[in-house]
Amino acid sequence: MIETKDILETINMIDNENLDVRTITMGISLIDCIDPDIDKACDKIYDKICRYAQDLVKTGEDITREYGIPIIHKRISVTPIAMIAGACQTHNPVKFAKTLDRAADTLGVNFIGGYSALVEKGFAAGDYALIESIPEALSVTERVCSSVNIGSTKAGINMDAVKKMGKVVVDSAYLTKDSNCIGAAKLVTFCNAVQDNPFMAGAFHGVGEADCVINVGVSGPGVVRAALEKNHCKDITEVADLVKRTAFKITRMGQLVAKEASSRLSVPFGIVDLSLAPTPAVGDSVAHILEEMGLEICGCHGTTAALALLNDAVKKGGVMASSHVGGLSGAFIPVSEDAGMINAVEKGALDITKLEAMTSVCSVGLDMLVIPGDVTPETVSAIIADEASIGMINSKTTAVRVIPAIGRKAGETLNFGGLLGAGPVMDLRKGNPEKFINLGGRIPAPLQSLKN
Amino acid sequence: MKAVITVIGKDSVGILSKVSTACADVGVNIIEVTQSVLQDMFAMIMLAEIDKATVSFAELSQKLEQLGEENHLKILAMHEDIFNSMHRI
Repeated sequence: MIETKDILETINMIDNENLDVRTITMGISLIDCIDPDIDKACDKIYDKICRYAQDLVKTGEDITREYGIPIIHKRISVTPIAMIAGACQTHNPVKFAKTLDRAADTLGVNFIGGYSALVEKGFAAGDYALIESIPEALSVTERVCSSVNIGSTKAGINMDAVKKMGKVVVDSAYLTKDSNCIGAAKLVTFCNAVQDNPFMAGAFHGVGEADCVINVGVSGPGVVRAALEKNHCKDITEVADLVKRTAFKITRMGQLVAKEASSRLSVPFGIVDLSLAPTPAVGDSVAHILEEMGLEICGCHGTTAALALLNDAVKKGGVMASSHVGGLSGAFIPVSEDAGMINAVEKGALDITKLEAMTSVCSVGLDMLVIPGDVTPETVSAIIADEASIGMINSKTTAVRVIPAIGRKAGETLNFGGLLGAGPVMDLRKGNPEKFINLGGRIPAPLQSLKN
Repeated sequence: MKAVITVIGKDSVGILSKVSTACADVGVNIIEVTQSVLQDMFAMIMLAEIDKATVSFAELSQKLEQLGEENHLKILAMHEDIFNSMHRI
């Protein structure tokens, strides 16, 4: 028999503590859509996506109604488009972006990820042209998300790609300067990108994946914070245990939704991504969890330790609750999407250097950071290089999603609205890294890559 | 298949009767009821068999939600599996 207190606990988590399944993401391989004729390739892509995902949104809504669990997003990730575009190099790959956008619009999904290239060791056919086309692609489409992997522990860091991405980020912001530089918010630069990430903007369907899979991303920072608030933990070991127990419950719900969606859509279940993904909503903040642990404000000394504990406990709690765990799994720290982080930046407690330290223990990297609009492409490249090196050395995924706020200076605010939130423009470090970035070449893979 | 129906709100005359009538109307069999009244707050949880229901789960949950709104209550119908999976290993 189910106990009353368990029922009320679940309902309370959903109603008052923002518990939700953040996304059901269908990964679709486009390898069989490759065609030297770009129009034929685009037709095949549109048809395949629309055929495979035709019931995705409806299935998500049905599950929400029957189980009472809010499923916020239904999304699609596809094979990195650079691989498809390699076969028709004489054409502008933006056509693929427009095709993806049209498919997303037809299906009613809010984002489609995979306008991507994997260039950690070098550029293959199609990669360079795709990367060049990213700013245009993100400015002429609404729902397409883009990502580029520029480094890995195994391959080192492709500094030519890093240099290129600095300009791509700035250009993406510039081309969308009339709509709050939104282009840069849909673009992620990765080191050690994962192939089964269900979360945008960095989702793509890896080449080692099946033809079609269902990946689910759970969330629930509000639930973890509330659990810490209700139970007065005696010491930090108790805090870790409580986070684990809470993460277990959250993940079980994600596993249920993933199994149900996979069976209703007749698509294999891929992974559950155990992530604490904040939203700007009150009470749905990762920063507030850290503060609940006893920090006066997120960003003060001790923040990195608290985040390390949180990130690890979330994984330990979640891993037993799901049959396949994957994706990014851990705690996200997107500044503009987290009310507590925004507050910490506005109060001067959190700056880019502390955030960079936090990214060595969080699940991804520098995320949704608004930076001054007059930033040089070389400085953005240097931010990417720093972040990628943290990922490369520590064998973890790191990413950079910074938004140059064109026409704005530090202290002003850029408001995206909706789930992307609003971010205060943050100051950067002084000095010019131009010469270093212009060296180009590759940072050799570190010693820890030699594991065989 | 079983559904868990939870009714939360200010206590008033006839809540149990209204909810059970609404269930009976669509062939939903109530197997178990537990309720508690804390001061003037009313919380009732019903376990119901819905295999023979004449309406879909979505319609049932919408119907109950509407009944709740008319009576200033919050009524939720949820598949029992969510509770089983969250609270049982």
